[in-house]
Amino acid sequence: MSFLRKVLAIVWKDVRAELRTKDILSSMLVFAGLSVLIFQFAFDLRADNVRLVLPGVLWIAVTFAGVLGLNRSFILEQDRGCMEGLLLAPMDRSAIYFGKLIGNLLFIAVVELLLLPLMSVLFNVSLLSPTLVLVLALGTLGYAAVGTLFAALSINTRAREVMLPILLFPVMIPVFVAGVQAVSGLLDGDTLADIAKWIRLLLAYDGIFIAAAMILFDYVVEE
Amino acid sequence: MVAKKSYNLFWLVLLALTAVLLAVGVYLSMLWAPTAVNMPTEAERFAQRIFYFHVAAGWVGYLAFGVTAIASIAYLVKRQRRFDNLAVASAEIGVVYTAANLVSGSLWARPTWGTWWSWDDPRLTLAAIVLLVYIAYLMLRNALDEPERRARLSSIYGIVGFLSVPLSFISVRIWRTIHPAVIGTGSETSQGGFDMGGNMVTVLLYAIFAFSLMYVVLLHYRFVLEEQRERLDDLKLRALADG
Repeated sequence: MSFLRKVLAIVWKDVRAELRTKDILSSMLVFAGLSVLIFQFAFDLRADNVRLVLPGVLWIAVTFAGVLGLNRSFILEQDRGCMEGLLLAPMDRSAIYFGKLIGNLLFIAVVELLLLPLMSVLFNVSLLSPTLVLVLALGTLGYAAVGTLFAALSINTRAREVMLPILLFPVMIPVFVAGVQAVSGLLDGDTLADIAKWIRLLLAYDGIFIAAAMILFDYVVEE
Repeated sequence: MVAKKSYNLFWLVLLALTAVLLAVGVYLSMLWAPTAVNMPTEAERFAQRIFYFHVAAGWVGYLAFGVTAIASIAYLVKRQRRFDNLAVASAEIGVVYTAANLVSGSLWARPTWGTWWSWDDPRLTLAAIVLLVYIAYLMLRNALDEPERRARLSSIYGIVGFLSVPLSFISVRIWRTIHPAVIGTGSETSQGGFDMGGNMVTVLLYAIFAFSLMYVVLLHYRFVLEEQRERLDDLKLRALADG
């Protein structure tokens, strides 16, 4: 089996398990919706301030819901003793990392694709532009790349799922800043060229941390 | 035994030397250094003297986190516990000094900027982010009981955390430049800027040297403590095994 097929086998396994229980997606979706609701009450989003606050609300909903999904992706493996099985499979460890990463990306993407039209309707702002989706995709990639590594790491700790956001959030500040600023710019009518500096930052983040995580994942699961 | 004794003596002398250097540093920064001439009020001119402590503490913070990152890489490559002991020793010192950097920055900002904290200063924001990264590092260590696993996993976090620092800096700097400056609009002086004239540079370099030496001494003693803790744990395990 080629490397890609091994990766896809893991993705398919996760997707199939998820389609049977729908645990991860349903909790992420409800949680993302709830955070939007909470922010509505926190900031009283109206026409005059909605463009100012909405990018932050979108990213917080995505990152907070994302933590739920990232945690589940490895806790399920550990609780049912499947991690050993995965590690025994005759393949490079980085195939496990990329399989898990793509699975997590898929779940977060589903949440985002439902969140964008929902927020567009609720706040009367069009969030469904190709450039906005591009920004969201680049940010989510970096977030999930680090998140998948740290999720594998934090299941080994005593506190398990509590540990993930504490480890993850300070390291993903660049994604958050760039993501929020780029979406703000787009809502103000900026073109792709205007937000190029944020796109470059996101690309740099994605490149650096996917490479670092690919190397370091071996050390996380080596037992 | 003789070698051990002279080795201990070496560190004691260095400790004493650091104490003297720091005491002289208080004199130099508080009395000897020239007053910042272009500051409008007495309070600002006086508060500017915290600058030497503030910059030196910030320097030690970043130096310490750099050492943690290098020690983390060394652990993953060599798998010797002493590198992990070095990493945690340095990270703890870094957290203390970064916190000192933030607090002294706040104390300086109050009379100069008119506020304890400004999100418009990228260095201040970065120091806060970096502090959280290394507090997370220490919390991760705390949540891991088994020494080998603790060393391995925290090394990974030490590396990733350090990698994020330059990107965080770039992001908060671009972020700041597109924000309006809420406070300190206008002249250089009202933002707390001053000319590094006269002996200010000398005192700053002196302060950085003294603080670096203090870092080395602290790192040594904290490292020795960690090594002894490790030995104690091993002895306990052996005693338990012998029943």
